[in-house]
Formats: sequence, structure tokens, C-alpha cells
Amino acid sequence: MSNNKVIDIRNLHKYYQMGDEQVKALRGVDLSINKGEFVAIMGASGSGKSTLLNILGCLDLPTSGDYFLDGENVKLLNRNQLAEIRNQKLGFVFQSYNLLPRTSALENVELPLLYNPLVSGAERRQRAQEALIAVGLKDRMKHLSNQMSGGQQQRVAIARSMVNNPNVIFADEATGNLDTRTSFEIMALFQELNDKGMTICFVTHEPEIAEFTKRNIVFRDGVLIKDYLIKDRQDAHNALANYREEIFEIDN
Amino acid sequence: MKLFNLFRIAIAAIRRNKMRSFLTMLGIVIGVAAVIAMLAIGQGSNESIRSTISSMGTNLISLKPASQNRGGVQKGRSASQTLEVKDVTYLQNNSTLISAISPEMDGSGQLVFGSNNWPTTIYSGNEMYPSIKKYEVKTGRMYTTQEIKKAAKVCLIGQTIIENLFTNGEDPIGQNIRFNNIPFKIIGTLKEKGNNTFGQDQDDMVLAPYTTVMKRISRQTFLRAIVISAKSEDKITETSEEITKLLRISHKLKDGADDDFEIRTQEELISNFGAVSEMMLVLLGSIAGISLIVGGIGIMNIMYVSVTERTREIGLRMAIGGKGVDILRQFLLEATLLSVLGGIIGVGLGVLSSNIVESVLGWPVLITMDSIVLSFLFCTFIGVFFGWYPARKASALNPIEALRHE
Repeated sequence: MSNNKVIDIRNLHKYYQMGDEQVKALRGVDLSINKGEFVAIMGASGSGKSTLLNILGCLDLPTSGDYFLDGENVKLLNRNQLAEIRNQKLGFVFQSYNLLPRTSALENVELPLLYNPLVSGAERRQRAQEALIAVGLKDRMKHLSNQMSGGQQQRVAIARSMVNNPNVIFADEATGNLDTRTSFEIMALFQELNDKGMTICFVTHEPEIAEFTKRNIVFRDGVLIKDYLIKDRQDAHNALANYREEIFEIDN
Repeated sequence: MKLFNLFRIAIAAIRRNKMRSFLTMLGIVIGVAAVIAMLAIGQGSNESIRSTISSMGTNLISLKPASQNRGGVQKGRSASQTLEVKDVTYLQNNSTLISAISPEMDGSGQLVFGSNNWPTTIYSGNEMYPSIKKYEVKTGRMYTTQEIKKAAKVCLIGQTIIENLFTNGEDPIGQNIRFNNIPFKIIGTLKEKGNNTFGQDQDDMVLAPYTTVMKRISRQTFLRAIVISAKSEDKITETSEEITKLLRISHKLKDGADDDFEIRTQEELISNFGAVSEMMLVLLGSIAGISLIVGGIGIMNIMYVSVTERTREIGLRMAIGGKGVDILRQFLLEATLLSVLGGIIGVGLGVLSSNIVESVLGWPVLITMDSIVLSFLFCTFIGVFFGWYPARKASALNPIEALRHE
């Protein structure tokens, strides 16, 4: 196994019991993601992409098959060890931001580090500040989460996902609640992070958003049906600039 | 997770919902305040009864004739004629544990001075009587052994009598007053003792030699009572046993025969009267305790709602690395902090309201450290106890479902 593989899954199955019926959410998935990749996981709802993301994010365990995260077989870990993995190796960005209400941006970003006993108070604060600066919220650190716009809240969430220096960031429909322009801004931010070497897995059902990534994976009925690299990746900064021009033209 | 971080998280969560946290605490605040105030009132009345009884005498043991049964007829205690002056002499000579002993006689009657008159009680004993019963001479002097022997018609009077008879401000010492038409010369006055808890005016009295009262007022040779001071407080029981033994010998009582006297110690009096106030204390305390438990149920209720309402927050905490035990501890700590904080405010409020009761209603109150520590421990326990179930529920959530919760 190459050291470059952040994620390596082999013949992964996931079955759920829904009443009397067994739902086969994933039926034999093989996939590996290398360090520095920016992958969009696509598919209709019910295709198994959310199930896969839950397993990749160590929130759920597969029914059968193996999942190696950074060379470690996740299947062998218990609940607490999984929590530690999530705390130290993974970052999450959700569709609905999931920030703590009435809590400052800084405190929200500090949150993952609070659960890590190895990080001191001073280091925690500094890393949270750096993460907020990286997402362009230098002036809004003390703002409360509920006083921010959707785009700003998602930036805080991204800062929170990267504050622990994860091996990979998982984003679940991270632009789903945002308008087009803000979506482009968020994608631009993800691209910047990716350019700096961050591995990102991005679940979306919008093909137009998927074009900003480097590799697209498509699921249908629990099976991976397409896996291709994006040759001419769209630059979200350009898209944002073009979008502004379009709006400008319409206004005139 | 570090303990300090746990506190940060719990405190931040409480502060995020200030109004709700306050309302949650309110139950505990009122409960603890009620416990503190009720215990203060109960213990206050207990203590005031205790101090009244101990103000009645120094390590006091009192002997009274037992009521007797003659030919099937139960006679009243005052009709009994079993205690005599020779018993006093006998005990004085033979007991090793008593420090003072005196006969006690009393009688009620009308006191007359000039054109004023006043109904009162005359108490009497020997020269040791004031020290046994904690009377002190304020002005003038005590009667002498010589005067006791001669059954001299001398007396000391209490402050209430001075107020009612010597209305023109005359100096009572050296004056002559009449008690039931018997003239007495006033040789001294007694220091004020005030009212006792039973409402009795302890200054409404005349003190005279017992010989005088026996000879001239009650005209009897038997005694109403004998009062005794034990040498020390912890020897009271021992002393009373010794007295019983000596008296049985001197009264020539056969084995198995009932005592022809009754012996009472201060401790018995305190426990007799204390029983009532003890019961009150338990009653008040349990009512207050119930309100504390109701407060605890309030905490549980809110924490329970809070877990449901904050399901997504819990899911997020788990997703970013919070373990089940971290979540459990957070919610448990939140509940405990709320109840302890409520407890602190409650103690303050309880002390304040006890003081208000004392100054407005004039009831005796006594706030003991015990009641503060007790209610404090109790509300910590309540926080943990009632916080446990909701915290348990929070920690058992599945992070995926919790994150999806609407």
C-alpha cells in the first residue's frame, strides 16, 4: 500500500435493517483517495453516497469489507478510538453549518481542540485564530454565530474542520444552503485549501459544483458507477468574477 | 478530555441560555432557601427552649414528692408529705456529688405597698437558693443564715414588682410591704431575667427565707420541692442516681417499693419540651426537603428537554471527536453546576429570609453550619441524581441520527 493513500476501501458493504426489510446501502465498493485529492462524491439521493461519507468519516462502521484510513484499519477500532480518529485526523463541514448558537466564531473553531487533551489553551486559541484568518474572517472572530450570514457561518465551519490539521476534510452538501455567489466563494475557499495540500471529499448532487473539484465519483444504488478525473478544473475565483459580470450586465 | 475544558464547555452551555438556566435554578434556589429558613426557625425555637430551661438553674436537679395512692385514692402531688427539711440536711451530709442544695417553698398572694397592690408569687429557699436557680441580687443584700434560722420577715423583690408597687420611684430597700397581710421588710432587689420561652415573667416574684414561708404563709412542715445543683454538667445523671439511692435509704423504702419522690433533671425537661419542637423541626424540614426534590425534578425536566433540543449539538460534538463519556460528563456537570449554583443563591436567600423573620416577627432563629452544609450536599446530590438520566440519554445518541435531527 502506498503511503500516499489517505483513504483505501476494499469491497465495502453496508446493510441496514429497516423493519423487516434489509436495505443494502453499499454493495461492494472499492475506492482509494490519495493525499492532496479533491474528490466530489455524486449521486441521487438513496444512491449510498451519504452512507459512504458516514463510514469514511468514522461515524459508522461497514457491515463487511475493509476501510484503511491513513493506513489504519478502522474496522478494528472501538467507539472511543473512532472518536479520537475523528478528533485528530478528520474534519467535517455540514450543509447546515452546525455551529453552536450564541457562541463566538473563535469559540466555535476552538471546539474540536477542547476535546483533544494534548492541546493547551494557548495553542488552541492560536490555532483557531490562524484557521479563521485562513478562511478570511480575521475581523469577525468575536462575532456570535447567529449574527453571521450563511456564507460566513460556513466559513467558520470550514475553519473548525481544519483547525485540528486533519488528514482529510469531509464536506456534506456544504453549499446546499447557500446562494450561487456564496457557493462559488465557498468553493474558492476549498480550492485554496486543496492547493495548499489538503485532501477534501465533497458530497454534492450539483454537477456544476462538482466541476470545481479534481475527481468525480458517481454512485447509483450502492455501487460506484463512474470514477473520472476532471481535466479542465473550473477555477471558482474565475467563476465568481464571471458571475459578478453577468449580474452587472443584467443590472444594466 | 481535560477537566478544565469540561468546565469551560458546561459553563458556556449554561451561559448560552441564561434565562432558562435561571428558571431551572429557581426550583433549587427556593428549595434550599426553604430548607435553610425552616431549619433556622426550628432550631431557633429549640435553642430558645434549651436556654430557658438552663436559665432556670445551674446543673439543676429537682426533687418533688410523688403523688401517692392511699387506699385506692390517688392523691395530688401537693397533698403528699414526703419531703421534709431533714431530707435536705441528710442529702447535704451524705452526698458527694452535689454542690448546693435548698428546700423550695412557694405561695401566691396579694402584695400591698401603700395604695398599690399586685398579685404575685413568693419563692423561697435557703441561702444557696439564688445560686441554684440563677437569681442575682441587684441592689441591697441577700438574707442571712441567721435570718433563715429566725424565720425573719425579710424579702427581695423582682423588677416587675418594683415597677408596679413603687410607682413614684421610691427606693424599695428598707420599705415594708405586706404579702397576704404579713409584713415583710425589703432588703434587696433581684436582677432582671426577662420572660422565658413559655411566656412566664421571671421578674414577677418575691424571694424570702423558706422558714418564713413555711411558718407564716403555707403553715406546713413538708416541702414542695428540693432543688439541687450538681457539681458539674456531665455528672448530673450520676448525681441524680446517688440522690435517689440516698433518699430511698433515708425514707426506709423496701426493695421493689415505688419511690415516694420524683426526681427531674434539666436534661429531662429539655428533652420533654424539646420533643415538640423537634417534631416541628422534622416537619418543617421535610416540607422544605420536598420542595428541594421538586426543584430537582425541575432540573431533570429541563435537562431532558435540553437534550432533545440540543440533539444536533450533541451530534456535532460527537462528530468532531467528543466521546460518549465526554457528552455524559458535560450534561451531568451542567445539571450539577445549575443545582450547586442554585444552592449557593438559595443559601444566601435562606439566611436573608431567616434574618427577616427574626427581625420582623421576632422569632428566635438559629442558622447552623450543619444546615448549610447539609442542603449544599443535598442539592449537589440532586444535580447528579436528576442529571444522570438525561446525560445518559445524550451520551447514548447515535451521532449520524443526531446530526440529522431537525
